[in-house]
Amino acid sequence: MRKLVALAFAAVASMASAHDYVAVPGGAFTTTLRYEDAPGAATVAPFRMMTQPVTNAEFLAFAQAHPQWRRDNVASVFAAVGYLGHWPGLARVDPAQRDLPVTRVSWFAASAYCAAQGARLPRWIEWEYVAAADALRRDARNDPAWRERILAWYARPASSALPKAGAQAPNAYGIRDLHGVVWEWVDDHGAMLVDADNRNQGDGARGRFCGAAALAANDRSNYAVLMRVAMLSSLEAADSTTSLGFRCVKEMK
Amino acid sequence: MKVLLMAVSLALVTQLAAATPAPLPRDSVYRADIMLLNDRAERLAWRDQRGQPQIVSMFYTSCTFTCPMLVDGAKAVQASLTPDERARLHVTFMSLDPARDKTRALAQLRVDRELDRAQWTLARLEPADVRTVAALLGVRYRALANGDFNHTSVLVLLDADGRVVARTERIGGTPDPAFMEAVRGVLQQPPAHAH
Repeated sequence: MRKLVALAFAAVASMASAHDYVAVPGGAFTTTLRYEDAPGAATVAPFRMMTQPVTNAEFLAFAQAHPQWRRDNVASVFAAVGYLGHWPGLARVDPAQRDLPVTRVSWFAASAYCAAQGARLPRWIEWEYVAAADALRRDARNDPAWRERILAWYARPASSALPKAGAQAPNAYGIRDLHGVVWEWVDDHGAMLVDADNRNQGDGARGRFCGAAALAANDRSNYAVLMRVAMLSSLEAADSTTSLGFRCVKEMK
Repeated sequence: MKVLLMAVSLALVTQLAAATPAPLPRDSVYRADIMLLNDRAERLAWRDQRGQPQIVSMFYTSCTFTCPMLVDGAKAVQASLTPDERARLHVTFMSLDPARDKTRALAQLRVDRELDRAQWTLARLEPADVRTVAALLGVRYRALANGDFNHTSVLVLLDADGRVVARTERIGGTPDPAFMEAVRGVLQQPPAHAH
């Protein structure tokens, strides 16, 4: 019986194409964010990234193999109220949800999922680097048409149904769904110091950050990136939302 | 009110714990499986600090401005307590900079700042755990190109079971009154059993 269950998991895992990683060559990259300590282009080391976001079915298999991440078991210090709240049961996803990107997962849960794969969440610079590509170019950020298309997604009401993971065309790296599906956690989410409560406080807040202040933007016209950063920086690591998912990356072998 | 509620529920938990080792509460940061390496190169599990309330913070030793203030801030809290209270409140400072804050740097800080071994734990973390601990404590940080860190400067008060009871980012001058009230609140609980 146990063997049968294991086989069933194996079947789920093999159907799941999000576990395909593709190699992303390294390169020089100028982030849309401005770091006063490190102006100009940064060097992004090569890595491998999941070709699409993790789905509900995949996360279900993970939560069953690691029961401490089940909705009924999870420690509240790792996942606040709302965690996996769209699942109809503790160990069940609606058939219609199976292939949709998993959402309502905390940073801790997303990190644990990736760790179980020998992977990790992408760092912001890695995510932004890959997400700068369109179908043909690795950096399409200066193309107004590309920006328009991305912004059109951000204008969509949050209540609309999520599209299936992997349904969009791949970008120049062979990676899908970086825009237009869900927001995604990044490993260094806690490095995003753009923080509303960092402003407009009394003297008490002055010591909040050592050294220079928070992030600013190099390119204020790239609204899509700025919105994403504002959204991520507003969350605590135990939070989850109905439109925030994740994908993992692995180091280059 | 929140503190009062927490105090009442803590008292209940402590009573239960006296009989059998109670499982960690779901909102305890000790749920995380984290190893500390102290300034004597001793490895200890973070959750073994259960049993005594403590103030925790994240810092790095080469920091010249805010981190010394954090040490001063924790000392100021200690100085506002009676000797008996002081003896029952632990302080743990964990480094954000595992690459440079090796055992020796932490040991040097202890000497330089005259930090009593009975009260103060200075520790480094596994590099992969730094983000996790920071996330549990609500500390945001970023490594800067020159080796410094931008980071939230905060003192976090944990009760004996590792629940975050209070936090303060007001660390200069006299201790934050609301934070002191919370500290005295957790210290009024009967001493938790040792593990």
